[in-house]
Amino acid sequence: MNAVAKTWIMLTVLAALALVATHARAAEPDVKTIVENTNRVAYYQGRDGRALVKMTITDSQGRTRTREFIILRRDDQPPDEKDDTTCGEQKFYIYFRRPADLNKMVFMVHKHLDRDDDRWLYLPALDLVKPIAAGDKRTSFVGSHFLYEDVSGRRITDDTHELVETTENYYVLKNTPKKADTVEFAHFTMWVHRKTFVPVRTVYYDKKGEMYRTYEALKVETIDGYPTVTKSRMTDNVMGGHTVLEYQDVTYNIGLPEGIFAERYLRSAPRKYLK
Amino acid sequence: MTARIRLLILAWFAAASVAVVPTLARAEEPPLPPGLVGEKKPDEPALPEGLGGERKAAEPTLPEGLGDPPRPPVERKDDAPAALPFDLTGFFDVRGGLRTQPDTREKDSTLGESRLQLQLEKALEDLTFRLTTDFLYDISANDYRVFMEQGRGLVDLREAWVAFRPTDFMDVKVGRQVLTWGTGDLRFLNDLFPKDWNAFFIGRDVEYLKAPSDALKVSLFSDLANLDLVYTPRFDADRYVDGRRISYYNPFLSRRAGRDAVIDADEPEAWFKDDEFAARLYKTVNGYELALYTYNGFWKSPAGTDPVTFTPVFPRLAAYGASVRGPAAGGIGNVEAAYYDSREDRSGNDPLVPNSQVRLLVGYERDLAAISKDLTVGVQYYLELRMGHEAMERMRPAIFPDSNRERHEVTLRLTKLLLNQNLTLSLFVFYSPTDEDAYLRPRVAYKVDDHWTVEAGANVLFGNHAHTFFGQFEDNSNVYFGARYSF
Repeated sequence: MNAVAKTWIMLTVLAALALVATHARAAEPDVKTIVENTNRVAYYQGRDGRALVKMTITDSQGRTRTREFIILRRDDQPPDEKDDTTCGEQKFYIYFRRPADLNKMVFMVHKHLDRDDDRWLYLPALDLVKPIAAGDKRTSFVGSHFLYEDVSGRRITDDTHELVETTENYYVLKNTPKKADTVEFAHFTMWVHRKTFVPVRTVYYDKKGEMYRTYEALKVETIDGYPTVTKSRMTDNVMGGHTVLEYQDVTYNIGLPEGIFAERYLRSAPRKYLK
Repeated sequence: MTARIRLLILAWFAAASVAVVPTLARAEEPPLPPGLVGEKKPDEPALPEGLGGERKAAEPTLPEGLGDPPRPPVERKDDAPAALPFDLTGFFDVRGGLRTQPDTREKDSTLGESRLQLQLEKALEDLTFRLTTDFLYDISANDYRVFMEQGRGLVDLREAWVAFRPTDFMDVKVGRQVLTWGTGDLRFLNDLFPKDWNAFFIGRDVEYLKAPSDALKVSLFSDLANLDLVYTPRFDADRYVDGRRISYYNPFLSRRAGRDAVIDADEPEAWFKDDEFAARLYKTVNGYELALYTYNGFWKSPAGTDPVTFTPVFPRLAAYGASVRGPAAGGIGNVEAAYYDSREDRSGNDPLVPNSQVRLLVGYERDLAAISKDLTVGVQYYLELRMGHEAMERMRPAIFPDSNRERHEVTLRLTKLLLNQNLTLSLFVFYSPTDEDAYLRPRVAYKVDDHWTVEAGANVLFGNHAHTFFGQFEDNSNVYFGARYSF
């Protein structure tokens, strides 16, 4: 074997190694990681957050109604945790400004992972704090096409997850409920943006296999370093009609105290955080 | 090494870098294919729907903000600054109601009012002012003089308070305010703040069942428990049924009475002497809200009679109670109890002063999604047990109707939302098997748009006896309709 040939063989081996190494570096995360990352990006970014939400509900006949509310969210995290990775229990405080008949109404949720959520409604005209049954989370949130569960997040342990495809931009996940009789869908398919783990589209299929409900992220902005869906739409594919959510003035890690998610602040709103 | 080999090696490296470097780069940040980032390559048309294979057709295009390079955040322009230096909200409400049967003691119309509510609020850091004023004209009223305490006349001041936070663990609210606590649904045991029973029975919005108090409320918060203290320097009575608009049973006349015998009760009205004090100690444990209550003041409606002048009066009352509320069997359950200490007739011997009572309430509410979406049901059992009943029966004047030791009552609430929750159908029923009377409150409300709501409903009262709690109001059964523009 001459020197030229030896060099060639060596170079070929090196090249092969280099290719294997590159391939290994691009290895795809497993389904569990994708699902967890998606859940974090959709519901747990930062330790807390605030947004002004404008909701436009358009019914099947094109009539629109609007809602406007401020949403405060706080994640319960181990106090010594540095890296903000826990996706655990959460508290939500939703303060309504519009329409006028809902002005100053507050809806509060303590989201639990091992039991039903605790939910309260505050009716300002009566100064009434009313706990509401956790009950069915798959009912409409304030008359919109979004459900309570879309707002506070569905537990990832409630479904089995399958990575059906990886495209240039997306992981395509098929999610099937473990308890099919507790939900109205047979499965839902999610297109998750590979780079950011933002769920871009979610399509719900009924028991006949027909698609009947579609969620779409329409606009994403990077806010405080977090990719944030600032405009989204839920469409009823059967009856027609849709609801668009627009998020404004989104901020993260504002240091919301846990204490504001309590009856005291239902009766006297935490204005500092609602401005 | 020959020059030829060196050249070969160089060539190989050149080729390898061309092959490997983009792979490395893509692993970090995949370049997006044309068609998904259409705006970046205007010369190249985006793939139309249906092209690019079935697989691609089902895939969403990337939304704005994903895929394209990060852009500097857009400066947001705030909404047009408010023209007023305070928040102004409110509504205009028109409402009418008619008796469904004649009542010779009252007008046929129960309600015919136009109401403008203006709510002014100014919130500063830890300091809030609110002024809520109703201006109303009611053709069913008999006079329009303004009685700020009773809420009669052309102006009803609903709220006028200042709230502030002197320390982290204390909230203070002083002025005219609406106060509510307790766990019952339209049944109040430990909530001894003033109610407007007239508004309730004639079909005003249910928020008017709560009449305001002129009070000082101090709330103290700690990890151990929270404490609300409410001091009302001058007694605030219920806006009780007095015969002006609703007929009632008058035991001295042994019959129902109305405008022919309007109750003009003698209200305790000495500042700081005829005062009321109420407190609630509460804590939430694992989603269960536990509370203890006390009250020291007067019966809220004129339940007593002056033995000399025969004027209706408000005897002294103290109350002690407790409640628990929290998740139960997929819904919310609650238990509340109260002991009413009628301080001027502890023995029960005085027929002109109500006896002490034990009140007990057990309730449960849940949604029935399994039966129908947006359907909720609530049931309650309520017991009113009179202490010293035998003594009272012994001393009862012959003209007074005999009464039961116990009032048992069940209530049912059904609420169904339809048409994207814009249409509300609801029914509330009170039924007492012991007093043999009942009260039904059916209601239909429709949100026409973001501002307008129209509603219609009825107050159906009946009973087998003329003197029982709901039976006495039988001739006041009515239907009503209303329209409200909120702004």
